[in-house]
Amino acid sequence: MLLTVKNLSKSFLGSRALDAVDFDLAAGEVHALLGENGAGKSTLIKCLTGAYHRDAGTIALEGEAIDPRSTSQAQDLGIGTVYQEVNLLPNLTVAQNLTFGREPTRFGLIDARARTRLAREMLDGYGLDIDVNRDLGAYSVAIQQIVAIARAVSLSGKVLILDEPTASLDAREVEMLFKVVRDLRDRGLGIVFISHFLDQVFTISDRITVLRNGRRIVTEDTARIDRVKLIEHMLGHALESEVEARAGAAAPEKGGRPIAFSFRNIGRQGVIEPFDLDIHEGEVVGLAGLLGSGRTESAELLYGIRTAQTGEARDANGPINIRNPRAAIAAGFGFAPEDRKTDGIVADLTIRENIVLALQASKGWMRPIPRAEQNRLADEYIEKLDIRTTGREKLIGELSGGNQQKVILARWLAMNPRFLILDEPTRGIDVGAHAEIVRLIRALNEKGMSLLVISSELEELIAVSDRIIVVRDRRHVAELAGDQMTTDTIVRAIAAPDANPEEAA
Amino acid sequence: MIFPVLRRVAPQLITLFALIVLITLIFPSFLNLSLVDGRLVGPLVDAAKRSAPVALLAVGMTLVIATKGIDLSVGAIIAICGASAAWAVGAGYGLGPALLIALSAGIACGLWNGVLVAIVGIQPFVATLILMTAGRGIAQLITEGRILTFTDPGFAWIGSGTLLGLPVPVWLWFSTAVLMALILRRTALGMLIEAVGINRRASALSGVNARVLLIAVYAVAGFCAALAGLVVTADIRGADANNAGLWLELDAILAVVIGGNSLLGGRFSIAASVIGALIIQTINAGILLAGFPPEYNLVIKAALVVVILVVQSPSLGGHFAFLRTALLSRREARHAPQTEEPKP
Repeated sequence: MLLTVKNLSKSFLGSRALDAVDFDLAAGEVHALLGENGAGKSTLIKCLTGAYHRDAGTIALEGEAIDPRSTSQAQDLGIGTVYQEVNLLPNLTVAQNLTFGREPTRFGLIDARARTRLAREMLDGYGLDIDVNRDLGAYSVAIQQIVAIARAVSLSGKVLILDEPTASLDAREVEMLFKVVRDLRDRGLGIVFISHFLDQVFTISDRITVLRNGRRIVTEDTARIDRVKLIEHMLGHALESEVEARAGAAAPEKGGRPIAFSFRNIGRQGVIEPFDLDIHEGEVVGLAGLLGSGRTESAELLYGIRTAQTGEARDANGPINIRNPRAAIAAGFGFAPEDRKTDGIVADLTIRENIVLALQASKGWMRPIPRAEQNRLADEYIEKLDIRTTGREKLIGELSGGNQQKVILARWLAMNPRFLILDEPTRGIDVGAHAEIVRLIRALNEKGMSLLVISSELEELIAVSDRIIVVRDRRHVAELAGDQMTTDTIVRAIAAPDANPEEAA
Repeated sequence: MIFPVLRRVAPQLITLFALIVLITLIFPSFLNLSLVDGRLVGPLVDAAKRSAPVALLAVGMTLVIATKGIDLSVGAIIAICGASAAWAVGAGYGLGPALLIALSAGIACGLWNGVLVAIVGIQPFVATLILMTAGRGIAQLITEGRILTFTDPGFAWIGSGTLLGLPVPVWLWFSTAVLMALILRRTALGMLIEAVGINRRASALSGVNARVLLIAVYAVAGFCAALAGLVVTADIRGADANNAGLWLELDAILAVVIGGNSLLGGRFSIAASVIGALIIQTINAGILLAGFPPEYNLVIKAALVVVILVVQSPSLGGHFAFLRTALLSRREARHAPQTEEPKP
C-alpha cells in the first residue's frame, strides 16, 4: 500500500471528529471518500495534509511512518492537495502560479524564460494547449483546476487529494478533468477523490470508503458496491424512494389552472434569445441545460438582475415592470441564486438576520421588524426546515452548504412569494439535505406557490417539475411534459443540434 | 440592550482608562477638575472638547467603512463648510442661514461622493480622493485665498461656548453620536448597512436598495464633516482654507480602526469609534503635558497607536481566547445533549 492510515482519531474540544478510522490507498488507484457533511472527510484529509495534527493513530507512506506538521511538510513528503476553490492566484500568470515559491533564478533574479520552459514541462501530458504567460484568471475553472493539479503533482508526486474538484464544472469539463485523473492514476499516483456527485464517484473511482459520524462504515471496490446500499451507508438509514415516487406517478394536470405570470418575448442580446414563458399557479417549471447554456441568464432576466431589452411580463392584474430585483420582489418574486457564497448569504450576519433580510428590505428601514418577531421567524424556520445550528445567532458563514441553502430558502419563505426561482438549489449539498430540499420544493408547490427550478441533476429535475424547458446555446429549444420528461429525452434535446420538441420526444 | 454594547466597547474603554491612569501616574494634575464661573475646567474636559472634530468625523466614517468604503474627503469638507459658514456670516446672512448653508454644503459634498461610488461605480478610495484634492481648492475660492475671520458671538459659541457646564463641542459630538446610534439601531438601517458592507450583491438580490443606502451613508459622512467644520472654524473664529481639518480624515479612520471596526466592512460600533477618537486625543494631551519637544509628538503617538492596535488585534487575542472558548464549550457541553444523530 502506498498510504496506510490506522486507528486515526481526532477530537475538537471534546467532540470526536474522527474515531479510530482506517484508510488505505494503493499506488495507481482512485479511492473515493464519501460521507455527508460533518462525517469527517475533511478532518481526515486535513490530518493527512498536516493542517491538523492527529490525536492518535498512525500514518504510513510507502511503509514508513510519517508525521506531517504542516501542509508544506506533507507536500515535501509527497502528499499534495487540490481544493474545490482553486487556491492559486488568478492575477498571476499560469507559469508564475506553477513555479510559485521555487522560481528558477539566474544571478539572483527570476529567469522568466526558464520559468516559461519549466511551466510548459510541468503541463506536459495534461492535454492543455494554453499560453502559460497569460493570467490564470483568464482561463476557465476547469483549466485552473488542472493547473492546480499539475502544480500539486510536480511538488508532491505520490499522493494527490482532490477535494470536491468538480463542484463548479460542467459535464464536458468534468470529462476533461477525469482524463487527467486517469492518466495520473496510470502513472502510478494514488488519488483520493472527494465528491458529492455519486455519478462521478462511480465513473472515476476504483474503491470507495464511506465515513459517517467520524467512523469508517465501509470500504469496497466500486464495481461491487450497490448505489442504493451506498447511500444507505452514508445516511445510516434506508433511503425512502423519494425521487422515484413521483416520477412514476402521472403528474397531475396543472395546465388547467390559471396562469400566475406570463412572460412574452423576454430577451436580451448576447444573453438569451427572446422566449415566452407562462407559469401557472402552483406549477413547478424545470429549466434544464448545460452550464452556460442560458439557464441562469433566463432566470436573471425574469428576476430583473439584468434588464430585458425586449418583451413584457404580466400577472393576473396586468403588466408588471421588473426593472430590478426590488421591483421583482414587490411583484411577489423570490430568487435563490446558484452561487450561494457570493450571491446568497451575507456571511458575517447571523442566521436570524439572514432570514429577515428580504422581509426587512421590503418593509423599508423605517419599519424595523421587532426583535421578538425576528426571533420567532428565525426559530420557526430553523425548526421547519430542520436547519442544523446551535442557535439563531450563529453566523451563517459557519454553517454547512446545505444549511446555508435552507436559510436562503427561509429568507424567501418568510416573504411568502408567489413565484420563487431556485437556481441549482441542491448544488454542493450532501445527500441528506438534498432530499430535504427536494421535499421542501414539493411542499411549497402543494401550497400553491409557483416555482422555476434550474438544476443540472436531471433526475431531480424530473422528480420535482411539472414541465421542463430545455435551454441550449442561449435559446429555449424544447419543452417537455408528462411522459416526455425522462433523462433520455432531456439529454437528447440538450445534445441534438436541431432538436425540436417533437423530435426530442 | 446595554450589556452587548458594553461588551463590544470594553477593549476601547479599557484602553482609554489605562491611558488616563498612565498619564495621571506621571502628571497627577491630569485629573484636576474645577468649577469656574459655572463651567467645568480641567485637562480631561479640554481633551473631550478637542476630541470634537475627530469624534464627529468618526461617526460618519464608521458608517462609510461599514459599507466597505472609505472617505478621504472629510478633511477637505471641513475646510469647505468652515469657509462657507464664515463667508455667509461675514456677508451678513445671519447665523441661522449661515449654519444651514454650511450643513447643506457638507451634505452636497457627501452626495457627490455617494453618487461617484454607488452609481458611477468608482472605488471609494479614488472617488473621495477627488474631493480631497479639489475640496481645498473650492474652499480657497470661497475665502478668496485669505483667512476669513468673523466676530459673530453666536457662531463663536459653537466652538468655545459652554452649555450646562460643559463645552458646546462636547455636547455636539456626544449628541451626534447618540442620535446616530439610536437612529441606526432603533430602525433597520444599521443591519441593512452591515448587510450591504458584507455582501452588496447578495443584499441587492434580497431587495436591499444598496445604491440609496450607499449614497445616504456618504451624505451622513458629509454632514458630520460639516459639523466638525463648524466647530473647527468657530473655535479659531476664522476659516483657514489651507489648514482647517488638514489630515483629520486620517485621524478619523484611525479612530474607527482603534474602535475595532473592520476596514473590510460589516459589523460596526459608533460608540467604539468615538471612544477611539477620545483615545487619540488623550494620547495627544498626554504628549503635550509631558512637554516633549513637538518634533517627537507624531513618533510617540504612532508608537502608542501601534501598541494599542496590536493589543486589540484578534490574532494576539487568540492566545488568550482559547481559555475562554474552552470554558464556554465546557459549559455548552453540559447544557447540550452529547450526540445528535442526524435526522432522516
